[in-house]
Amino acid sequence: MLTRRHFGQITLAGAGLLLAGRPALAADWQATLAAAQGKTVWWHAWGGDPKINDFIAWVGTLAQERHGVTLEHVKLAATADAVARVLAERDAGQTTGGAVDLIWINGENFAAMQAQGLLHGPFAEDLPNWPLVDVAGKPAVVTDFTLPTEGRESPWAMAQLVFEHDSARLPVPPATLAALKTWILANPGRFTYPQPPDYLGLTFLKQVLYGVMADPALLQAPAGADYAAQVAPLWDFLDAVHPALWRSARAFPASEPALGQLLADGEVDIAFAFNPGRASAEIAAGNLADTVRTFVLAGGTIGNASFVAIPFNAAEPEAAQVVANLLLDPEVQARAQDPAILGFQTVLNLNALNAADRARFDGLALGVATLPPAALGPALLEPHASWMTRIAEDWQARYGVAP
Amino acid sequence: MTRAAVPPGIGWHLVPGLTLAVLVLPVLGGLAASFAPGFGPQGFARIMDWPGLAGAVRLSLVTGIGSTLIALGLAALILAMLVDRPVFGLLRRLLSPLLAVPHAAAALGLAFLIAPSGWIARALSPWATGWQVPPDLLILNDPFGLALMLGLVAKELPFLLLMGLAALPACDAPRRLTVAAALGHGRLAGFAHAVWPPLYARLRLPVLAVLAYAMTTVEMAAILGPSLPPTLSLQVALWMSDPGLRALPAAAAGAALQFALVLGAMALWLLAERAARGLRHGWLWRGSRGRGLDGAARWLATVAGFGLAALLIWSLAGLALWSLAGLWPFPAALPDQISLHLWHSTAPALGQSLGLTLLIALVATGAALVLVLGCLEAETRHGQRPFIPIETLVYLPLLVPQIAMLPGLQMLALGAGFQGHWPAVAAAHLVFVLPYVFLSLAPAWRGMDRRLPLIAASLGASPARILWRLRLPLLVAPILTAVALGLAVSVGQYLPTLLIGGGRVGTLTTEAVALASGGNRRLIGAWGLAQLALPAFGFALALGLPRLIFRNRRALRTGGQG
Amino acid sequence: MNGLHLDGIELRLRGSLLARLSLRVAPGEVVSVMAASGSGKSSLLSALIGALPPGFALSGQLWLNGRNLTALPTAARRIGLMFQEDVLFDHLSVGGNLAFGLPPGGNRAARRAEVDAALAEAGLAGFADRDPATLSGGQRARVALLRTLLARPEALLLDEPFAGLDTGLRAQIRDFTFGHSRARGLPVILVTHDPEDARATGGPVLDLFGNPVVLP
Repeated sequence: MLTRRHFGQITLAGAGLLLAGRPALAADWQATLAAAQGKTVWWHAWGGDPKINDFIAWVGTLAQERHGVTLEHVKLAATADAVARVLAERDAGQTTGGAVDLIWINGENFAAMQAQGLLHGPFAEDLPNWPLVDVAGKPAVVTDFTLPTEGRESPWAMAQLVFEHDSARLPVPPATLAALKTWILANPGRFTYPQPPDYLGLTFLKQVLYGVMADPALLQAPAGADYAAQVAPLWDFLDAVHPALWRSARAFPASEPALGQLLADGEVDIAFAFNPGRASAEIAAGNLADTVRTFVLAGGTIGNASFVAIPFNAAEPEAAQVVANLLLDPEVQARAQDPAILGFQTVLNLNALNAADRARFDGLALGVATLPPAALGPALLEPHASWMTRIAEDWQARYGVAP
Repeated sequence: MTRAAVPPGIGWHLVPGLTLAVLVLPVLGGLAASFAPGFGPQGFARIMDWPGLAGAVRLSLVTGIGSTLIALGLAALILAMLVDRPVFGLLRRLLSPLLAVPHAAAALGLAFLIAPSGWIARALSPWATGWQVPPDLLILNDPFGLALMLGLVAKELPFLLLMGLAALPACDAPRRLTVAAALGHGRLAGFAHAVWPPLYARLRLPVLAVLAYAMTTVEMAAILGPSLPPTLSLQVALWMSDPGLRALPAAAAGAALQFALVLGAMALWLLAERAARGLRHGWLWRGSRGRGLDGAARWLATVAGFGLAALLIWSLAGLALWSLAGLWPFPAALPDQISLHLWHSTAPALGQSLGLTLLIALVATGAALVLVLGCLEAETRHGQRPFIPIETLVYLPLLVPQIAMLPGLQMLALGAGFQGHWPAVAAAHLVFVLPYVFLSLAPAWRGMDRRLPLIAASLGASPARILWRLRLPLLVAPILTAVALGLAVSVGQYLPTLLIGGGRVGTLTTEAVALASGGNRRLIGAWGLAQLALPAFGFALALGLPRLIFRNRRALRTGGQG
Repeated sequence: MNGLHLDGIELRLRGSLLARLSLRVAPGEVVSVMAASGSGKSSLLSALIGALPPGFALSGQLWLNGRNLTALPTAARRIGLMFQEDVLFDHLSVGGNLAFGLPPGGNRAARRAEVDAALAEAGLAGFADRDPATLSGGQRARVALLRTLLARPEALLLDEPFAGLDTGLRAQIRDFTFGHSRARGLPVILVTHDPEDARATGGPVLDLFGNPVVLP
């Protein structure tokens, strides 16, 4: 770990210098590029957002132009579909030529694939663009839900939880978790969260947990014997607000897009998303009123990174690495951060970039609803996965079966 | 002597066996392979521990049986009260194309229509309701599954109605109704006593297929059904997509339980049939002619039939409008801006999927057509009928929940290395397309005037000449209808495409479901319409081509022999 | 050995005997078989033509002009068949119906000429391109007979072919049919329940067991 951080800091001079210092690596990469030429990469990635789909299609054009790699986007309804696919292939004894070359992944899906030995690599830290990654400033790029990535997945976007409100209906949003609770109770039916075990729903529970737990630092270790006592304040919070939620908590939206649609339809006044630029991008796309703004709660909000990983039986692992590296290219990262395109935060260290690449980021408008970095507040680390596994099960038992 | 006198047609007698293999082997093999991981104690222990089990099972039973009962009741009422009325032609023309609407698209359209922020509420707000923001009403995802049942009834009514219409001629309905009326029975009573028993005997398997579908649907339950807990089928799907893969044994055990539940519900249904028969006999012996019921029954049939058709059409119109909408805030009745932007940006992806979807649908339907025609021709030439009649076995893929058999089928396909490309997907579609092609074509084939081929043979025509020059041309309309139905079924397949295609075969439906997971109504609208356009085009061809081919043949122009 | 010879023909439905016939029909002769509706007379005709319905069993031998037909398929027997209603193929034109019956051979123009000549002879000149659905009952009946005759059959089986026609037309079509069959020297078996049709043939009248029937 120490080496890796150290490593990140000495790369200020840029990738070229580093590559020159490691000729063996550079030769390896030339071999990888040669092997990738003319191949097709099947990238399994969630396909629910046309902005992301368009972005992936653009990356595909770039991959073809620069490296002769054809990129096919397999649009998933759920990432687990691809994970289950790889598992099914392994169970059927298919150890090469698998259907999945590259997979957009993080958190539990990564933990599961890692635990089952379904991942190729390590490869991430050998990518030529790796030295540009902001390992020191954004530790989440090498730590996925407290689990070290061990180079078996490569980051491509940063995400942080932000809340969204329509300033036309709610000019001044609550600034703390306690204020949010007061506001929910005072405005029944105007707030809700996606139903756990949905990813964003669980993230909201984590956010609450951070705010109500006596010592949130405990979340970085596996949940222990005092789990029940530690999470009791979370259940108290939910017990208090549930009667005042949308539909009196007798129904929940299914996912982040469903929650966003509720905000767009005016069914709720406060929503949230795991992407600080989502609101701006949706406004730019004409899907959300231009009076929508974002805010965060005092003390910070949950942040993590999105990764790409390569299954152990991928048909074209070299070409997949070429795409993973391309995703770390400053031009690609800058496009992802453009609020008119995706509004995803970059994983790169801007200080490590040359002047021309830096200018790509400096030239980006922030977006009408996006908070400037200074106002975004600290990114809270994802808790250890064991907490959320138990919380998801307990939530099911408490609220998920008897409306 | 005569049977021996027919020279054995080359290979014809092999077709029924081959067809049975296509129907039976994937289903049984898939079931066996699916349940294997579930029969460890781990999976069953986990679902027994799940506190929502009782609720999910109850919900599956209630929505499945309830919606089937209502759809069947309405179909019977419409057949009884409206079939010889002028309005029926209109109702039939409204409902038939709706058969091709994919379940997911229908559910999404309906969800937008009836939600508190939906189109109905928008149309009435704020001038009639005073709502500036949507009311906090639990209409969608209600704990009783009423919204889900509404969606299921609206979607299954056209299917049952068309199956009933196909069976009606064999029941000698007009004469029986006349006789019953002459004996003083009201229309409803006459239908119930004189027409319904033989009609229902022919409808039983389609009804059970509807029951199985209603109990196991995942897309409709996810969009319209409750989630605290969801139906068992949806929970199985959620377990399957559990990110930690820890729930796979539970999913397998859940699928096995789901299968058992469907079998149990069918047994219950067959028992209830006896009770219903007893009630009808009681009515008969009490001697009531039921003439007072006719007015209310006709009113109910008309309102329900047109109401559900209007609901579905309005839902689809909502999807179409969303695909053109810019910002459309509540409570505006219409979008602020209309633009073709989305269609422009989606057209390339849409076109690519459309081509692949059409290719798969044509291959699967073509293969199904060849098998079905082969079976029917073998039956005609050799009087050959399989040990278990095809018309019974053909329901097997419709009665076994997809979620129970497809994961196993995927394992088998992986083991055999036959997956991940479009021919494999087309082969998987064939299993589900074949039943519909058979059910649609067999009555017309068998209903053809027996004397026609006899005359042709006496004129010296060989069996091959009779097939190509006489039977197939005369059956052009029903064959095209069967093809259109086959295309529609293939286009609508989600799980087989996803699992056998390994994600590499992106059809309109897999792409639409992936987009639906993002909840973007505009895209869902565009893809839902594209999904609808293919089958609609097929049905238009099925109606139009016979008119064109037979423009100089009055007897055939109206389409459909038998 | 010319003519149609039913040699100990027995028709059974699941074991019970429906008909037992041994008879010779000379060229140009018409033999009527009288039976009530539903007694199996249509099944007998189907059996003789070589298309036994399921459940029926036939024994005995069938000879036509010295050929044993017993084991031949329908298409090879050269027996023309006429039904109560004129069963035309609705998807073909009138000419197409006739061409369907024409044996293979000859070029397209010659075949067309033969069809046109047959139509003209039957008073239907210029009807070749008509849609059968636009024809009158009498015209349809004549087309059906022409189609049968163009196939050059060596015998005719008639299944109440005149029953659907009104009285005036009936005599006309009957004369047309028997005129042609006599002119070509075809043995004919007419199956009917109508005494008048049977009487009009001028030939022997039998029941399904070969006993002479006394016409009222």
